[in-house]
Amino acid sequence: MFELSKEHEEFRRLVRDFAEREVAPHVAQWDREHHFPTDLVPKMGELGLFGLVVPEEYGGAGLAEGGFTYLCLAIEELGRVDQSIGITLSAGVGLGINPILTYGNAEQKQRFLPDLVAGRALAGFGLTEPDAGSDAGATRTKATLADGNWTINGAKAFITNSGTDITSVVTVTARTGTDDKGRAEISAIMVPAGTPGFTAEPAYDKLGWHISDTHGLTFSDCVVPEGNLLGERGQGFKQFLKTLDDGRIAISALAVGLSQACLEAVTEYAKTRTAFGKPIAVNQGVSFQIADLAVMVEASRQLTYKAAWLKDELEAERRSVAEVKQAAAIAKLYSTEAAVSATRIATQIFGGNGFMEEYPVARFYRDAKILEIGEGTSEVQRMVIARGLGLPA
Amino acid sequence: MNIVVCVKYVPDAQADRTFSQDNTTDRTNVDGLLSELDEYAVEEALKLAEAGEGEVTVVTVGPDGAAEAIKKALQMGADKGVHVLDDAIHGSDAPATSLVLAEAVKKAAGGSPELVLMGLASTDGTMSVVPAMLAERLGLPQITQLSSLEIADGKVTGRRDSDAASDTLEAPLPAVVSVTDQINEPRYPSFKGIMAAKKKPVETWSLADLGVDAGQVGLESAWTKVESFTARPPREQGEIVTDEGDGGTKLAEFLAKAKLI
Repeated sequence: MFELSKEHEEFRRLVRDFAEREVAPHVAQWDREHHFPTDLVPKMGELGLFGLVVPEEYGGAGLAEGGFTYLCLAIEELGRVDQSIGITLSAGVGLGINPILTYGNAEQKQRFLPDLVAGRALAGFGLTEPDAGSDAGATRTKATLADGNWTINGAKAFITNSGTDITSVVTVTARTGTDDKGRAEISAIMVPAGTPGFTAEPAYDKLGWHISDTHGLTFSDCVVPEGNLLGERGQGFKQFLKTLDDGRIAISALAVGLSQACLEAVTEYAKTRTAFGKPIAVNQGVSFQIADLAVMVEASRQLTYKAAWLKDELEAERRSVAEVKQAAAIAKLYSTEAAVSATRIATQIFGGNGFMEEYPVARFYRDAKILEIGEGTSEVQRMVIARGLGLPA
Repeated sequence: MNIVVCVKYVPDAQADRTFSQDNTTDRTNVDGLLSELDEYAVEEALKLAEAGEGEVTVVTVGPDGAAEAIKKALQMGADKGVHVLDDAIHGSDAPATSLVLAEAVKKAAGGSPELVLMGLASTDGTMSVVPAMLAERLGLPQITQLSSLEIADGKVTGRRDSDAASDTLEAPLPAVVSVTDQINEPRYPSFKGIMAAKKKPVETWSLADLGVDAGQVGLESAWTKVESFTARPPREQGEIVTDEGDGGTKLAEFLAKAKLI
C-alpha cells in the first residue's frame, strides 16, 4: 500500500515555506488587481517545481520514479495558499511541459524545455474551443499544410498561461484533414508566442482564479513551419487524452490544498471568534461542521495520493492505465466536490466576515467552483467511473 | 576557501514557546528549525564558496533535533555537517557553548579555519555574544554584524551599519565574522538540494571526541541561572483619539505626555 515518505513530507515543508513567504503576503493584492506575478515563476523554477517529472538533461530532477507524487504535493501546497498559483504550476507542467516532453522531437525539446523547466518561460495547451470542450471531435480550428508551412485559422477558449509576458509557445489542436472513415483528423501544432496571426485576447473576467493567466486565442492565417507539428499527424487528440488522467489527479491535489486551507482557517476562527460570551466552536452546529470538514480533507488527500501513487507505479510499469484512469476520476470527483463544500462551510462559519474580501475564505469560495468544471466536469468524471465499472453507455 | 558556519537549532518563533521544569527552553514540545538569522550566514558562505573554490562545513551544538538544522543547511548547498551532541551540554550558557564550538570548529577545519561565519544572533536567546566569545577562544580577529562582506588579498572587509554611521571594517584572515539579515537573500533549498543533502556527510561528535571536560559545560556550570519567569502580560488596548478638527493637537499632546516629543 502507498504512503508518503519522509522525503515527501520534507519536500512538502519546503514548498509550504516558500508559499507562505513568497506568495501569501501578496495574494490579496494580486487577486484584487487580477495580477499575474511573472517574477514568481522563475523562483518556482529555482525550487525545481517545474522539473519534478523532467529528465536532468533539460534541467529537471531526473527522478527514476515517484516524480508525479512530488508534483502533486507542490500543487497542493501552493494551492493551500492560493489556487491560481497552484494551477499555474499544474498547467505549466501538465499542459505546457508534458506534451512537449512526451511527444516532442529532440530539437523541439531542446528548444523549449530548458526555459520552461527553469521557470524562465511558460507554455500553454489549446484544446478547448468556444464550441468544443470535452467533445474534442467537434474541433473547428483548421490547419492546412502548403509549401512546408501550416496555416492555422480558428479560435481556442480558456487557455491557461497562454498570454503571460513569458509565454514562449502554445500548442494547439487543429483539424488537419479527414481520415479514411470521414472523421476529423486532429493534430497538435506548436505556435510560438509572437507569431503573426496568433493573438491572445484580453484576459477573461473570471469568478475566481483571478491571479491565473487565462485567455481566448485567435488564429488568423497564422503560419508556422511544418516542423512545428508535435508528435504524429492525426494523433493530436489521442496524445492529449493520455495526459488527461494526470491533469485530473493534479486538480484533485489542488482541491486538497483548498479544503486544507479552509480547515485551518475555520479551526482558528471558531476558537477565537466569540458569540454570547463563548468561542463559537463550543456550539456543536459549528464544531460538527468542522469535524465533517476534517473528514473531507483526509478522504480527499487519501484518494488523491493513492491516484498519484498509481500514476507513478504506471510509469514504472507496475500498474495499468485503466486503474489510474478510474482512480484519477474518483479522486477528482470527490476532492473537488468536497472542496466546494469546504468553502461553503468555511464562509458559513465566518458568518458576515466570510462574505468580506478582507478574509481569505471569500476568495476560497470564489476559487472553488472551477474545480468541479476544469479537466472534465463532475458529470464527465461520473461517466468515466461508470464506464470503468463496465456499465453500458 | 574553506568556510565553517556555526548554526543553531531553535524553537520555532511562530509557535507557543515554553520552558522545561529546569527553566531551560523547552525543546521537546515545540517544533525546531534552523535559526532564520543563521540562514544569512549559510547563504553568504555558499556565495563565497561558489565564487571561488572551497567547501562549506556547518557546525551545530544542540540536542537530537539539531540534526534538522544541519540538514536544512546541507539542502541549501553546504557540503558537510558536524553535530556536537552530548547530554552533558544541556543547559549550557553562551560561554560554555562558545567553548564547545571552538573545539568543534578547530576539529572540523583540521586546525585553523580560513573563515568562520555566524548569524547576527540566535532567534531564541538573541544574545549575540557567541561570535565574539568564539573569536576570543580561537584567538582570531572578530568582525561582527556585517551587512556586506568581501574577501580579497587575505583580508575580510565589510560594512557595519548602526543608527548613526556605517563603519567599514577589515581584518586579516582567518577571522570570525557575524552577518546581519541585510547582507543577502537566503535561497530556498531546491528539490535537487533536498535529494543531494541525503548523500552529504554528517559527523556526530561527543564532548569526549572534542576533549572538552563535561564539568565545564551544562546547566550546573552556567555563569547565570534563570530563577523564575513570568509571561509578558497581553498588550493593553490602545487609546483611540477621535478627530473633531483638533486631532493633530490631541496627537501631539499624547506624544508629549509620553515624553516622545
